[in-house]
Amino acid sequence: MMARGRSLTHLERLEAESIHIMREVVAETERPVMLYSIGKDSAVMLHLARKAFHPAIPPFPLLHVDTTWKFKDMYAMRDRMAAESGMQLLVYINPEAKAKGINPFDHGGLHTDMWKTEGLKQALDKYRFDAAFGGARRDEEKSRAKERVFSFRSANHRWDPKQQRPELWNIYNARKAKGESIRVFPLSNWTELDIWQYIHLENIPIVPLYFAAKRPTVERDGLLLMVDDDRFRLREGEVPVERSIRFRTLGCYPLTGAVESTAANLVDVIREMLLTTTSERQGRAIDHDQAASMEKKKQEGYF
Amino acid sequence: MTTTATPETSFKTQALIAEDINAYLAQHQHKTLLRFITCGSVDDGKSTLIGRLLYDSKMIFDDQLAALESDSKKFGTQGQNIDFALLVDGLAAEREQGITIDVAYRFFSTEKRKFIVADTPGHEQYTRNMVTGASTADLAVILIDARKGVLTQTRRHSYLVHLLGIRNVVLAVNKMDLVGYDQKAFDDIVAAYRSFAASIGIADFVPIPISGFKGDNITTRSANMPWYTGVTLMDHLETVPLDVAADQAKPFRMPVQWVCRPNLDFRGFCGLVATGSIKPGDAVRVLPSGKKSTIARIVTPGGDLQQAIAGQSVNLTFTDEVDCSRGDVIAIADEPPQVADQFEATIVWMADEPMLAGRPYWLKMAAQTVSATIAAPKYQVNVNTLDHIAVKTFELNAIGVATVSTSHPIVFEPYSESRALGGFIIIDKITNATVAAGMLNFSLRRAQNVHWQALDISRSARAALNNQIPAVLWFTGLSGAGKSTIANLVEKKLYRMNRHTFLLDGDNIRHGLNKDLGFTEADRVENIRRVGEVARLMTDAGLIVITAFISPFRAERKLVRDMMMPGEFIEIHIDTPLNVAESRDVKGLYKKARGGQLKNFTGIDSPYEAPEAPEIRIDTTDMSPEQAADFIVDHLIR
Repeated sequence: MMARGRSLTHLERLEAESIHIMREVVAETERPVMLYSIGKDSAVMLHLARKAFHPAIPPFPLLHVDTTWKFKDMYAMRDRMAAESGMQLLVYINPEAKAKGINPFDHGGLHTDMWKTEGLKQALDKYRFDAAFGGARRDEEKSRAKERVFSFRSANHRWDPKQQRPELWNIYNARKAKGESIRVFPLSNWTELDIWQYIHLENIPIVPLYFAAKRPTVERDGLLLMVDDDRFRLREGEVPVERSIRFRTLGCYPLTGAVESTAANLVDVIREMLLTTTSERQGRAIDHDQAASMEKKKQEGYF
Repeated sequence: MTTTATPETSFKTQALIAEDINAYLAQHQHKTLLRFITCGSVDDGKSTLIGRLLYDSKMIFDDQLAALESDSKKFGTQGQNIDFALLVDGLAAEREQGITIDVAYRFFSTEKRKFIVADTPGHEQYTRNMVTGASTADLAVILIDARKGVLTQTRRHSYLVHLLGIRNVVLAVNKMDLVGYDQKAFDDIVAAYRSFAASIGIADFVPIPISGFKGDNITTRSANMPWYTGVTLMDHLETVPLDVAADQAKPFRMPVQWVCRPNLDFRGFCGLVATGSIKPGDAVRVLPSGKKSTIARIVTPGGDLQQAIAGQSVNLTFTDEVDCSRGDVIAIADEPPQVADQFEATIVWMADEPMLAGRPYWLKMAAQTVSATIAAPKYQVNVNTLDHIAVKTFELNAIGVATVSTSHPIVFEPYSESRALGGFIIIDKITNATVAAGMLNFSLRRAQNVHWQALDISRSARAALNNQIPAVLWFTGLSGAGKSTIANLVEKKLYRMNRHTFLLDGDNIRHGLNKDLGFTEADRVENIRRVGEVARLMTDAGLIVITAFISPFRAERKLVRDMMMPGEFIEIHIDTPLNVAESRDVKGLYKKARGGQLKNFTGIDSPYEAPEAPEIRIDTTDMSPEQAADFIVDHLIR
């Protein structure tokens, strides 16, 4: 974005802050990695990384902790973006979860725990990464409002609210003992609207599932689920129905619910987002488990 | 549920979004960003005010509102009414206690600006959190309960706001509904605050009578207070000038974070422009070296920029090959910042462990990280009365002034001129925790007044005359471990071998050089520092120095190690289990310590940090003193 002797816009300041954070991490840690979950926040984070280190390729790999239960469109986008950026793509699949056939249909909360929480820990240990960029934002959920930009994890990946360091000005303390690691959130101060607006302004590619299209769906437990492939187990009496739907957030299917929509392009999606009256994470089953569930998951090592 | 007229602007916004989303986006692309903090005491209604701002700017979604209604009934303090405070109280533990215990950041946005609010707790012990929140804020909202007026906490918050350099202050007199919207109540508080504010250097502030709970003068002017003719809180937040604009008018400075070298033909210097602006062709200087160069390009993926301004993260290239690396500062050539290694600084101590004067810590400022020591405090400020108090150290939440010395010169500006080049953090070298924040006030120019005297006879010449290699045999271990006994034997053996030695014994030194020191942590650190300096002078003189001190802390042993030439410091851990040392109790000290007559006794009520990788470890349960002494002498002579 250009600036000519004038006040920077809020997006320019957010961009500058995120880039500053990424450069600090690269300068002060030994083995950084960027967690790439293929969603819109990851798309923005990757875009910012490419800007931060241009004309060099970002000096860290992308890590996708795969649950094997992502939508087909997501895998396609992942491979495309890795190729375009020239960055190394590491895909990690928890062998234990794979062996046990953990899936969202039979295992509920265990699915997230095994594939994502455990898978992430295993991947970070395997490659000995000491800093991992994540796309979490403070506006997503109440307990995240207090999350630091640099979030320290013990050698066994636990998050201890009392051990977090004060963050003053834009000075980040990246020092840590052997075995400890940092989760870094360069998008901490972005809101959902900022993300969308930046995608619009910078023309950042995102997974087509964010745009409305006719897709086969079933309605279950108050969520609208998309039948993405034949692994989707239909319950008795369920018949997939073509609906014009899109996703406000992308996770594993069928944990991620769709919304009925006709917003087929970015501007319409933003309009719908602005006029909508339910918050983003409602489409994810994970938050409904219990009050303050995100905080509990974080203590256990979920991003 | 309380009812408030939805601000008219929101209807307009909704209509614009529905009808012309492109026009809406264009408008919002040009929003600016204001960061502010709210400070107040417990029950001043801070969380309620923030909840209200979120609610009135339509940042609360239906599902959050539904959750809020059910939470209000469960945890709320407002009866059947919506408790806005619950919107912003995050962590589960806090929710149960009904208090916020950390800094939380909230976001909302209007047609003109995006806002980031740091919600900082108001109770006594959390100066740390408020300083953290204030460090990134352009503006502070100081909340006062209209029923209570200016309290001790109000003074503390105002002092901190001023200390952190926030120039825009709003005095929000809250809970006006509970004093019958009385103008006199408001005027009295404003008058009382004005005289106090002037005394601490806050020249100007904007007083606004509000009710966060009822919504008066938040986004719409209150019909309940026709006597008030000023702006609403939101109007003020939307129009107050931003610090980033003022920063652009200052001379150009960019701390270098990272050097971009994708190939041999490209070398770019990446950083966030702290102040000023820069164009290709501008003459610059790299600090601290002072070397000059010229800006060639401002590189971005979307093409080169014609100018970069304060607040942007950029990648600059030079027209020639000038050394420049992380930690350096690129500055406009004819107005460079200063370089120094000793400063007066204001320190905010943030750790449970008190500061130890003389202990080396890491100091990080912008992209510079250096070893630094903080001298004994000049004074601490009582943040309630603003009196200066004499103290020996800084404890958690203490604010005071002290001299900071860095291991080598750093590029800086006074904090009042530049937050980026004057604000720093202090990091504990062992735990890696951020233990303090500080603001550089001015340099003390030590380097210019006390010169190092170059001597004609060098240390190696003296060592050669003695026909030996100088060394420090540093014995460490619990009281009664056997340090002095073994050290004595070692010296005798070396003497017989015609070596020139000197034994510095802990007890003996405390009778002379260090007789002014006690046994607090701070005094122990100073004790070891002085012994280290003496040992260093003696090695300069060519001696083999033997020291026998408990020296319980790793940091100080490292401090002494760093004073010596590489390889000169030989750490000898006389490793005796506590129960063995205590059963010997040659001096009867353990008995006294157990009986409570002796405080800060190592191993009993003061910690002993065993060396992690000593050059020599002596297990006294396995070796006689004679054997140990032979073993050490062998190590030295071989």
